[in-house]
Amino acid sequence: MAEPAAHPEAHAEPHDHIVPVGTYILVFLALMVGTGGTVAASYLDLGIWNTPVAMLIAVTKASLVVFFFMHLKYSPKLYWVWVGAAIFFLAQLILGVGADLLAHLFLNLGNPGT
Amino acid sequence: MSTHTGGVPEPYGRPGAPPPPERPATVARERVNYLNVSYGVRSWLLTTDHKRIALLYLGAITVMFAIGGIFATLIRLELITPQGDMVQSETYNKLFTMHGVVMVFFFLIPSIPAVLGNFLIPIMVGARDLAFPRINLLSWYVYMVGAAFTMYAMITGGVDTGWTFYVPYSTHYSNTHVIATGLGIFITGFSSILTGLNFIVTIHKMRAPGLTWWRLPLFVWAHYATSLIMILGTPVIAVTVLMVALERGLHLGIFDPALGGDPVLFQHLFWFYSHPAVYIMILPAMGVVSELVQGMSRKKVFGYSFIAVSSLAIAMLGFLVWGHHMFVAGQSVYAGLVFSGISYLVAIPSAIKVFNWTATLYKGSVSLDTPMLYAVGFIGLFTIGGLTGLFLAALGLDVHVHDTYFVVAHFHYIMVGGAIMGYLGGLHYWWPKISGRLYPEMWGRVAAITIFMGFNLTFFPQFILGYLGMPRRYHYYPEEFQILHVMSSAGASILAVGYLLPLVYFTWSMRYGPRAGANPWDARGLEWEIDSPPPTENFRVQPVVTDRTYEYGSEEEARIV
Amino acid sequence: MSSLSEAAPAAGAHHPALRHHFDSLATQKESSLLGMWVFIAQEILFFGGMLTCYAVYRNVYYDAFAAGSHHLDVPLGTVNTAVLICSSLTMALGVHAAALGKRKATVLFLLLTILLGSVFLGIKVVEYADKFHHHLVPGPTYSVESLRDAKGQPLLEDSDIARHSEIFFALYFGLTGLHALHMIIGIPIIAFMAWSAWRGRFGPAYYTPVEITGLYWHFVDIVWIFLFPLLYLIPHHG
Repeated sequence: MAEPAAHPEAHAEPHDHIVPVGTYILVFLALMVGTGGTVAASYLDLGIWNTPVAMLIAVTKASLVVFFFMHLKYSPKLYWVWVGAAIFFLAQLILGVGADLLAHLFLNLGNPGT
Repeated sequence: MSTHTGGVPEPYGRPGAPPPPERPATVARERVNYLNVSYGVRSWLLTTDHKRIALLYLGAITVMFAIGGIFATLIRLELITPQGDMVQSETYNKLFTMHGVVMVFFFLIPSIPAVLGNFLIPIMVGARDLAFPRINLLSWYVYMVGAAFTMYAMITGGVDTGWTFYVPYSTHYSNTHVIATGLGIFITGFSSILTGLNFIVTIHKMRAPGLTWWRLPLFVWAHYATSLIMILGTPVIAVTVLMVALERGLHLGIFDPALGGDPVLFQHLFWFYSHPAVYIMILPAMGVVSELVQGMSRKKVFGYSFIAVSSLAIAMLGFLVWGHHMFVAGQSVYAGLVFSGISYLVAIPSAIKVFNWTATLYKGSVSLDTPMLYAVGFIGLFTIGGLTGLFLAALGLDVHVHDTYFVVAHFHYIMVGGAIMGYLGGLHYWWPKISGRLYPEMWGRVAAITIFMGFNLTFFPQFILGYLGMPRRYHYYPEEFQILHVMSSAGASILAVGYLLPLVYFTWSMRYGPRAGANPWDARGLEWEIDSPPPTENFRVQPVVTDRTYEYGSEEEARIV
Repeated sequence: MSSLSEAAPAAGAHHPALRHHFDSLATQKESSLLGMWVFIAQEILFFGGMLTCYAVYRNVYYDAFAAGSHHLDVPLGTVNTAVLICSSLTMALGVHAAALGKRKATVLFLLLTILLGSVFLGIKVVEYADKFHHHLVPGPTYSVESLRDAKGQPLLEDSDIARHSEIFFALYFGLTGLHALHMIIGIPIIAFMAWSAWRGRFGPAYYTPVEITGLYWHFVDIVWIFLFPLLYLIPHHG
């Protein structure tokens, strides 16, 4: 390993990406707008689209927090992989359980009368 | 005795070759190592040395194994006769429940990762310790607190729901200590998560210079995959048992059909963790066997990258097959079809491993010392367990043998024949490194063969029992099953002797065993380049890795092989 | 075999915060950050188990969930969301200040974060008290008399929708309770960070503890970003 020996400073001094305060403020404002938007959207009758819209706004807000407040945008891809793996397996869980239970709850336990 | 001293240029392990008698003179005076660096209870209970924490775990899980074993003994004693003449049904329910809870959550899941993984992973990656030594110690204390809760539940009356805690029995009808046991499992889960987290960060960030991913020992790859399951699976069971405890205490309705809740949802969440948990048990054992096979046949492991990647593949697929535990539980048929199909896929990476281990043995200088006996035992028993798993993954056949002794036999072949054989094999293989002493080889072989025989006698009849229709968890049975049950109980007593032997001779060897050199097996790997036992900081100089692990012999020898 | 530690003593090697088993502060920092991200991955599935229950039951018992959701106080929930986002901002600014070595600003922003987190928990207590008052805590005392269906009519006792609404409140208390528990754990940690920062333990070369505390806090914020629309904003139509 000659490289670290040649540049001892490169590894010794953490050189972080400093996000400008202005970015934080912009993200903050976007989050506030998103909060207002999601409340407003819930009072509109969008038919089946209410939930997707609410989730879309929530995912956008969460992404802003993850990428900017949590610096994921400037972080090693390894962190992306781990967060991605967690989301992937959670999606598996929800889809697998959901697909099965919706089928059998509607068939056996659902209450068509009410 | 084919222990080798390092650097012998001759071919190894040939039949009839005289064993190298001399031991290196350097071990005559005891150097400072992790065991003798300090003494006293405090130096152990407050240690942050991963090697000492591994030994703390070793002690704790040995106690838990003994407790689980006592429950197993009582079960097998009761089953000698078709009548319930030793214990009542209520007691019998508690026995098999507590056997399962203790063995699964407090022995099998922590066994190899927390003991061998803790001890070896930092050494194998060339680090001075795990990334978070204090979190490592914390994980042991968390484990002990969880174990204390469960012990409390057992002493004050036990629990009788089966280790699966199926609702609504566990939430509404059982009159036993479900909440305390559940909290014990909840707490112990965090110990598992913390261990996995430590391994992941250590493997990513603390590898020695030159130790690239494709040079890592396979043991480390297996533990990476295991840690993935520990981290992403355990939180689900944690929150699930928490909901069971709340449901039981407060009647929330989440799993209660009276309020519209669904018991099958519990089974989904339970198996989402508990199926991958089987891979938490077996993957580290596979990692151990990969090491044993190459170390004891003194040959570069065959198909390195396939074994490495198949560990990850098993971990990934393991998350997608949980529904095969629920074919007859009211799951929809379409879900059953999908889960059945994906379950078959797990056979592919598992078979890749078995073929590669076998190919590694081919034309190797195979020594039949104790670790190798365990390794070949593992390969055979795991293959039986795996193939019968395919029977159970088949939707149609599973309806016939579901909840019978066929299932019991299948998972004991994986968990006992697989995971415990791997654990014991690994313990023998690395015992000289851990303790600095050699165990008596003859007794080691006797124990390994006893365990193999006893195991098969115990569990093979159970396949037949199950196929003939003997359901699990009953202690009354028709008289025509008695002969098979007696065989099984006889096997269990042999198995018990086999498990007691290592306990005796390992303890004996700590004081009286001959001192081991740095590399008693003449194997390859960073752990064999440091003293036995290792110094606290593992490496007196920072190791630099220039080649893949498992490079045996000179160029010429490599070509002959 | 060359020895790295002898050949190239890293410039940060003698920093008091460097633990013995790391070669450099940079590796130590990367390890801590990775550890926290992996922990967050674990947290995603920890909340995920309960979210799965929510996803299933919300789809099956939509009307009951809507009735339960309408009892929740949307203005208070919105204020709380805003409070938590503010606390996330102050946390981000606190980390920013720590990275630049501004000691007093770091302490100030961390204290503000604690304050906002406490306000959130205070509002949560008010909301929980309301549920207790209306007997909406699942269990033997549960009663649906304060719930209204889509037409504004009271729910009938013993109707399916009434029984199913109890599941909604079980999940409401489960999810928000777990979330609140994470905040209750987080606040003392932030307080400890503020104290450490005040004592001058951090600087541009070493502020990892503040940074990983920040990651944790932001994650707790993200959980709420999802819980708020899922629990408070279920429309009656849909």
